[in-house]
Order: sequence, then C-alpha cells, then structure tokens
Amino acid sequence: MSADVELNDVWIKFGDFVAARDVNITIEGGEFFSFLGPSGCGKTTLLRAVSGFLEPSQGTIKIGGQNMAGIGPNKRPTALIFQNLALFPLMAVWENIAFALEVRGMGKAARRKKADELLELIALPGQGDKLVHELSGGQKQRVAIARALAAEPEVLLLDEPLSALDLKLRQHMRTELRAIQQRVGITFIYITHDQGEALTMSDQVAVMREGIIEQVGDGNNIYDHPATSFVASFVGENNLFRGRITGIDGDYAMVDTNVGPLKARMTKTNGEVPLKFNDDAFVFVRPESLKFANGVNYENTVRARIAHQEFEGHFWQVYLDVAQAEKRISMSLVNDGQELGHETGSEVTLGFTPDLAVALPEGPLAAGE
Amino acid sequence: MIADRVRKFFVIGFVIVFFSYLFGPLLLMSVSAFNSSAFPRVSPFECFTVEWFAVLAQDATLMEGLRNSLFIGFGVVLIAVPMGLAGALMLTQVNPRVRPWYYTVVISPILIPGVVLGISTLVFWDRLGTMFGASYDSIFYDGIFLTIVGQSTFIAAYAMLVFISRLQRFDTAQEEAALDLGATNVQAFRKVLLPFLKPAIGSAAVLAFLASFENYNTTVFTIVSESTLTTVLASKVRYGINPSISALAVVIVVLTLVGAVFYEILQRREAAAAKASEAVARGETATRAQQAALYADPAVIIALLVFIAGFGTVYFAGTLGVDECKVAVKEEKQRLARERTKMRQSLEMFKGAAPGVQTAPATTAPKVRAKGTEGYENVFAPSNLEETVDSDSPAQQKQQEQPEEKVESPGKSQFQNIFDPANLQQQSGSGGTN
Repeated sequence: MSADVELNDVWIKFGDFVAARDVNITIEGGEFFSFLGPSGCGKTTLLRAVSGFLEPSQGTIKIGGQNMAGIGPNKRPTALIFQNLALFPLMAVWENIAFALEVRGMGKAARRKKADELLELIALPGQGDKLVHELSGGQKQRVAIARALAAEPEVLLLDEPLSALDLKLRQHMRTELRAIQQRVGITFIYITHDQGEALTMSDQVAVMREGIIEQVGDGNNIYDHPATSFVASFVGENNLFRGRITGIDGDYAMVDTNVGPLKARMTKTNGEVPLKFNDDAFVFVRPESLKFANGVNYENTVRARIAHQEFEGHFWQVYLDVAQAEKRISMSLVNDGQELGHETGSEVTLGFTPDLAVALPEGPLAAGE
Repeated sequence: MIADRVRKFFVIGFVIVFFSYLFGPLLLMSVSAFNSSAFPRVSPFECFTVEWFAVLAQDATLMEGLRNSLFIGFGVVLIAVPMGLAGALMLTQVNPRVRPWYYTVVISPILIPGVVLGISTLVFWDRLGTMFGASYDSIFYDGIFLTIVGQSTFIAAYAMLVFISRLQRFDTAQEEAALDLGATNVQAFRKVLLPFLKPAIGSAAVLAFLASFENYNTTVFTIVSESTLTTVLASKVRYGINPSISALAVVIVVLTLVGAVFYEILQRREAAAAKASEAVARGETATRAQQAALYADPAVIIALLVFIAGFGTVYFAGTLGVDECKVAVKEEKQRLARERTKMRQSLEMFKGAAPGVQTAPATTAPKVRAKGTEGYENVFAPSNLEETVDSDSPAQQKQQEQPEEKVESPGKSQFQNIFDPANLQQQSGSGGTN
C-alpha cells in the first residue's frame, strides 16, 4: 500500500521564525520524493509535520486523501527513519525490528518470524540476536529501515539517514535504498542536503531555501533547467556572470555581462519567461559546458587566463581568472586521452552555446557562491 | 632533587593525615567493639571479645529502632523514588522559560533544614487530623507514617537529581521513534524510557534508603512516640553507652564495605563485557586478556574474602579464652591494688616500728581510735562495710577471704583490723570495676 501525500498552503512558525512558508506539494503514491536544501532550510521541520510530531501553524497535510490534523504520530500511516537512527540500544536487533508489532500486541513467535523475514530483506540474516552496538554503521542503517518497514507504513520518511556513513557506504546505501523502495513499492520522502543523494535516488526533488520551495522537478529538470538563481547555484557546480537584459529572443535572452554580451536560454515558469528588457540577470554556465574555443566559432565567448589545473583521473578541472568577474571560474574537461593543450598562465578563449547557459532573474544564491 | 623529595614527603604526609582523619575514628570505634572493657575504648585493650555483638542483639529497644528504621527506609523508597522520577520527567516537559523556577521549587526541600521539615510535617498532619476529627491512634499521629512522609519530602528531591542526570543522556528521538512506530505514550514510557532509567532507579532507591536510614533531624520530630535506630542511638548516647554501639557501627561499616565491593565488581564486569562485545562488533575476536578481565576481579575479591575469613577465624580462636582473659584482667587489677595497699601498709608499719623516732601524736592516734572501736562494738569495723558493698562479684568475695589469712599479723589484733589492707583494696577495687 502506498499513499499520496499532499501539502496545501502549509506554514510552520516558531514564534517569529518561519520554518516553512506556503508549501504546496503533491507527492504521488509510490514515488521516491526528496527535499533538498542546505541545513536550516526547514526540510526536517516539514518532515516532522508529515510524521505528526508537530502541527502546521496553517494549511493542511493529507495522507492518502485523509486530513492528518490532530492525528498523532502513532496513528499516522507513516514511519520515520531518524537522522541518528534512534535504534533502541537495550533491545536485541530482532526486538528493535519487531517493536511496531509488539506494541500492536502480536505474539512473540509471530514477531520473531516477521523480524527474521525483514532481516532477510535487508541482507542481515541470522543477526537478530545481536545487540545494536554490535553492528556496524551500515548494518544499523539497514536495521533502522527494517524496523520502520515492520510497521507497514504507507509512507516512509527518511531524515538524512546516510549522513553519518562514510562515502563508500553512503554510495552503496543509495543503491540499496532505491532497490528497497522499488521492492516494497511505498512512498518514500527523503530529506537531504546532499544533492548527489537527491539526484540519484529520487523521482522528484523539491529544492528548499529558508522555508520556501524553490523548485520541484525530477533530477534532470532541476539540474538543467533551474527555476531560480538559488537552485542554479545550489545544485551542482555553476559559473556565474552578472549582467542586464538587452533583448529577449523567444526563449533566449541577450545579457550584457561584465565579461561581454552573452546569449542564454531561459527557464519558463507557467509558460512565461521570467525576464524582460533591462532586468538585472544572472547567467549560469556549468563547468562541463565550457570548452576551449580553439578557433571554433561559438556564439558566446569569454577571455580568461588559466590560473590552476587539477587532474582528477576521468576529467580535468581547470580554474580560470576572468578580467572583470569577481570570482574565479572553473571548467571540467573529460579526459579523452588527449593533452589539455594549454599551459597554466596562458590566455585562452572559452566558448559555449546559448543552450548550455541559463539566464535567471537576480536573486539569492547558495552560501559560498 | 631535594625539592622533589620534600614534595614527596609532604604529599605522603598529607595523604596519611587525610586518611587518618577520614578513617581514624571508624577504626578506633571498630576496635573498641572488640574490647571487653565496659566503656567503648581502645586503650587499655583488655580482652578480645565479641560479646558486645550479643549484647547488641539482645538490646530490645535498639532492635525495635532498627526494625522501624528498615521499615521506614523501604517506605521512603516506595514514595520518594516515583516522586523523584515524576519530578525529573516533569522538568523535561515544562516550558524552558518556566524550567529554572520549577527546578528551584522542587529542589528547595534539600535546602530547607530537616528540623523545619520535621516540625512542619508534624504540624501539618496534626492540623489535618484535627480537621477530620481523627483520634490519636489514627494515621495522622502515627510516628512511622509521619516519618515516611516527612523524609520523603526531601529525599524525593535527591532521587530527582539522580533521574535528571540520567535523563540528560536520554536521546528523546528514541521516544519519538517508539511513538512513530505506533506505540502509545504509556508503551513508549514502559518499553523505552523505563528500561533506560533502570540503573538510575536502582541508584535512587539505594540513595533514598540510606538517606532515610541515617536521618535524625527530621525523624526526631516526626517519629512522635515510636523510635528509629538514630533516635535510640541518640538517647543512648545521652544516658551512657557501652561498646554494643561500636558493634553496631562495625556491622554497618562491614555491610557498607561489602556492598561497595560488590557494586564495584558489577561495574567492572559490565565495563569489561561492553568492551569485549564492542571488540566483537569491530570484527575482532575477544582476546584472552579481555576474557580474563571478566573473571579477574571476582578472583581478587574471593581471595580478599578468604583472607578476611581466615583472619576472623584466627581471632575467634583467641576469643574462646575470653572468660579466662577477663578473670586474668581482674586478677591483674586486684594484684595492682594489693601492691598499692601493701606499699601503704609497709609505710604504716615503718611508722609503727620506730616509735622513738616518731613524734608523739603519731603514736597516740591509733590508740585513741582503738578505744573508740572497743566502746562501739566494732561499729566501724571494715568487715561491716564489706557486707554492705555489693558482694556478688567473685573478686570481692576473694577479697573478703583475705583478712583471715592475715589475722596473725601483730598490728591487726591490736588495732582491731583498722588498717586492714582489704579496706583500701575494696574501695579501690569496687571503684575500678563499676
């Protein structure tokens, strides 16, 4: 069983602080949905509102079409996987997993049987009698998932469950989580500040900033068609040029930037382009979209000097200084076996097509940009 | 180098002084419990005896007080521990702005003098009893009940402190996880929080019991006509003590030591077990050393207990002769007394044997007295005194026999036994034994 989750005009306030403002999201049943945002953006608060640990100050939350107002966390068809997992340290692994069944009054033998089945599912057969602290980090992770699944929730909520794991394990658990989700077929709502996790696992991603949903879409959409300057700067690497609109040409904008005139594609919202003549605008170009011009005639070109280059194995990372830009820009070139062809310190011309650049209205940027 | 040595000297000196200060009184008291001397003292150590333990066991008022103290202790545990737990849980629930005020209020019974708590308990329940028109043998005037209630007021605050420190380490996410998995609030409390608090409940119970057991300030008011160990002890100290009180102290000290040692064993075992299982979790097999650590401490303790038992047996063997020892001590006392009298007597003899040297009044004085004794039919005879002074002690009976042995001495028949050494002996002897 999986259920839709609907958030309508949800506001969550703590005194003067607004943790979520006017959130409107519909999550389809059986979807893997991620909330992506920097820490403190209100994503965990939103999750706690869905799981029932706090009531929204305004607006409604519906799960499976039923309004959840006034229904406590123990009565909702949701199960939450906590950031620190919150396994019960004084219980054996199988007792942890069977906790939801125990509180429903299921007999011990039946509980044990169900727990053993779930241990199979998470690939930890025969580990039921261990104590929680005898497990490794990744095993604990899987026990937490099994414990939540034992409650047979219609919606599984995950609050940055991978953040405590090391990189290798994290990458492994991503695949594992996605596989489990497809096996059990219930709705997953996943909270993370790690865009890699959000993009690889999710059907849909909502990018959040200071309690506001900036954009909802699949990973591709978010990455290639950012709706706001925040999304463009937060998701993936991006080079930024500031400027002013000098002309609109269909879906393209002509922007007079501090490195010269650039032409860039615009992301339409509700079928309308967000920019008009003389607006302040940002042009974003991804590092992998920049190329050395090498005599090819690109529509957009930027003069720069190579400041620093790093060989990363499967690609080159090149950092360049641009005369009028306030920040160093970067480009990544796939290692195709060829030499880079340019020395550090040499003046080069970079080129990119308008389709690989995005023009967006001036707005807030992710921290560090 | 020298500075080092000086510092070492002072450190060791300080340690010795400090520990003497801490344990000296306990040690002296413990030793006095085994001294046959009728007053608790260490020197002179007369005879090793365990009779004071028997005296202690036969002391009905003390035993009654002990029984009451134990009963009150358990009663206080039953009331103060749940109250402390409730107070501590409340602290985690109240609004952070109210929290300091709440804390001050619930902690205040610790700061209020026990005397005040005792009096106020007494007055409060008396008023309440009067309101309900209760009789004096109702619960409102029952010393045991009042003491349990009165002590609980501040012991609950101690228990609360124990629970607060444990609760600070509780991950509230666990409680939320339980709720999220469908548990009711009661289930979450019973299955998650309570098992976590178990060690604290144990500590709080022990603390509450001990605090109740040793309490005097509050108890002395709330106990009314009953008695507890502390009130009995206090009244005993006021009206004269014997070493059975030291014996009681020894029992308490030994119980405390045994308890502390076993607690330590348990703690170390748990720590070792946790360490070993963590090692297993890391994929290591428990090393021999770690496994040995699980058993090392009990071995040490068993060795210690065997040593103590052996030591005790040796001493008990010595106590078999306690009666002979007592007799010996008494005889020694008598011998000393006799020697003293002999010295005095020989001094007198010396005076009597040389009349020419002596001045006139010295020689006439005994004669004057002799005349008087004749007239009043030996009314001042030392033997008269001998019969009135309690004569059931065997030592004194022996002394009574002594005059007969010395009847032949010439001075005696002449002066009607007025200088009989037994006179003096009896006075000094009876002074020594009572």
